[in-house]
This record gives sequence, C-alpha cells and structure tokens, in this order.
Amino acid sequence: MTDPASWPTGREIVLELPTDLGSIEHAVEYVIDRCEACANYAHRFKFNFRVSLAEALSNAMMYGNGFDPEKRVRVEVTVRDGAVTARITDQGCGFDPSCVPDPTAPENLLKVGGRGLFLMRNLLDEVRFNDQGNSITLILKLEEASGLEGGVQA
Amino acid sequence: MGFQVTKDGDITLVEVEGQLIVGNRQELKQKVLEHLEGGDRKFVIDFSNTGYIDSSGLGVLVSLSKKIRERGGELRLSSLNEDLRTLFELTKLDTLFRIADTKEQALEGF
Repeated sequence: MTDPASWPTGREIVLELPTDLGSIEHAVEYVIDRCEACANYAHRFKFNFRVSLAEALSNAMMYGNGFDPEKRVRVEVTVRDGAVTARITDQGCGFDPSCVPDPTAPENLLKVGGRGLFLMRNLLDEVRFNDQGNSITLILKLEEASGLEGGVQA
Repeated sequence: MGFQVTKDGDITLVEVEGQLIVGNRQELKQKVLEHLEGGDRKFVIDFSNTGYIDSSGLGVLVSLSKKIRERGGELRLSSLNEDLRTLFELTKLDTLFRIADTKEQALEGF
C-alpha cells in the first residue's frame, strides 16, 4: 500500500493497493483512522462504512482482479457535503451487478458466498457502478437525519 | 486478532478475537475442521471480542455449520453485539444458527 497520493482539500484519500487480501484490513483501518481525524462521525460510519469498504476491496481483488498479483485496486475516498464517498476500481473486465442473486432467497441461504454486494447495499445510502462494472462507488451520509442513523438497519 | 480454542467438557469453544474476515477465515475453518476430524461434534463460536464480520466470515460460518451437521453435530454462536446480530438478520442467517446471548447460555444444555 502506498501513502495517500494527495489530500488536496484535506478530505481526500487516494490509495493504490496490490491484489493481496492481507492488505485489506490495513487499508480499511488506514481510511477509517484518517477520516475520523477530520470529524467526529457517527457510529454507522465506523461500522457500516468499515464493513462495506472491506467488502468492496475483497470483491475487487477476488472477482475483479481474479487474485492476479500484477493487478491493482485503486481507492478514492472523499468526505464532502455531509457524506463519505469511496470509489473502488479494479483492473478486471467488470460484471453486471443486476445478475447477482438475492442471498436471502431460500435457495441461496446455504451458499457460502454472494453476500458482499447485498451487505453493501443494505449498509450504505447508495451504491453505484460504472458502465463497465469494474468500479463501485459507496456513499454513506453522515448527517444525523440519515435513514441509516444508529448504525446498521434492515 | 486470532482464535482461542478451548474445551468445555465435550464442547469445543472457539473465541474470535478481532475480526472474522476474508484474511483469516481459512484459519478459523482449519481449526474447527481439525476438531471435527478429531471427533468433536459440539461447537460454540463466541464473538464477545469481535469487532466485525464480513461476508467471507459469514460464508465460512455457513460452510462450517453444514460440515458439522453432516457429521451429526451442531454449531452454535454466541455474544453477537447489536451490529453483528443485525448482519445476521439482514442476511437471514439468524434463521440458520442457534444464537445465544452469552457464551454461558450457549454452553448450557448443549
């Protein structure tokens, strides 16, 4: 992991990560620590955003980059306008997020995988993909009035 | 971060310290399967000291539960904090596991 390339507004983090699952925890902690230094954010930031960022990174490395150590994952985190936004981009060919099955369907409950994107969509205010499907944007509002107030919600 | 494995009678207790995530899920799986292969059938995984679980961690719990059931055993969970319990409820995995409020409750009557 490299140090942040820049903090142009004092509120942006840019990381380039190797495809290494062992780097995820360190990267997530780094982002959380730097964002906490900016303001006293709500509990849902510390839990919902932490879990979601870890999910996005593991998906990028496992499914996007296919564990290829030559490929990297770019992370751009911005705190602006009452929200924290993280864009995670891998070097894979992308996928169609609409084709991911519902992991809570009875036929999928016993499956080992397939819950990452579901968790992100439930823990965050918004999840977007680029057209190619190799870049995901996570958005969590930090205002007290957010629908996710109080941490995770069903 | 790690896993502490102890025995309480015929029950194998695994305490998760830190996180259960993509980076350490295989370690948990290996430790539990070693005991399963050794003849243990009753397992409690306790989350008193667990910060968070990611989807890979949830997945390994599902996998272990299936393997233990296939051998006629049972996997129980305990001490999920409010955030972790909500993860199980969101994913409906709370319907797959017996979840006790405390480690002691999980061990009682097993």
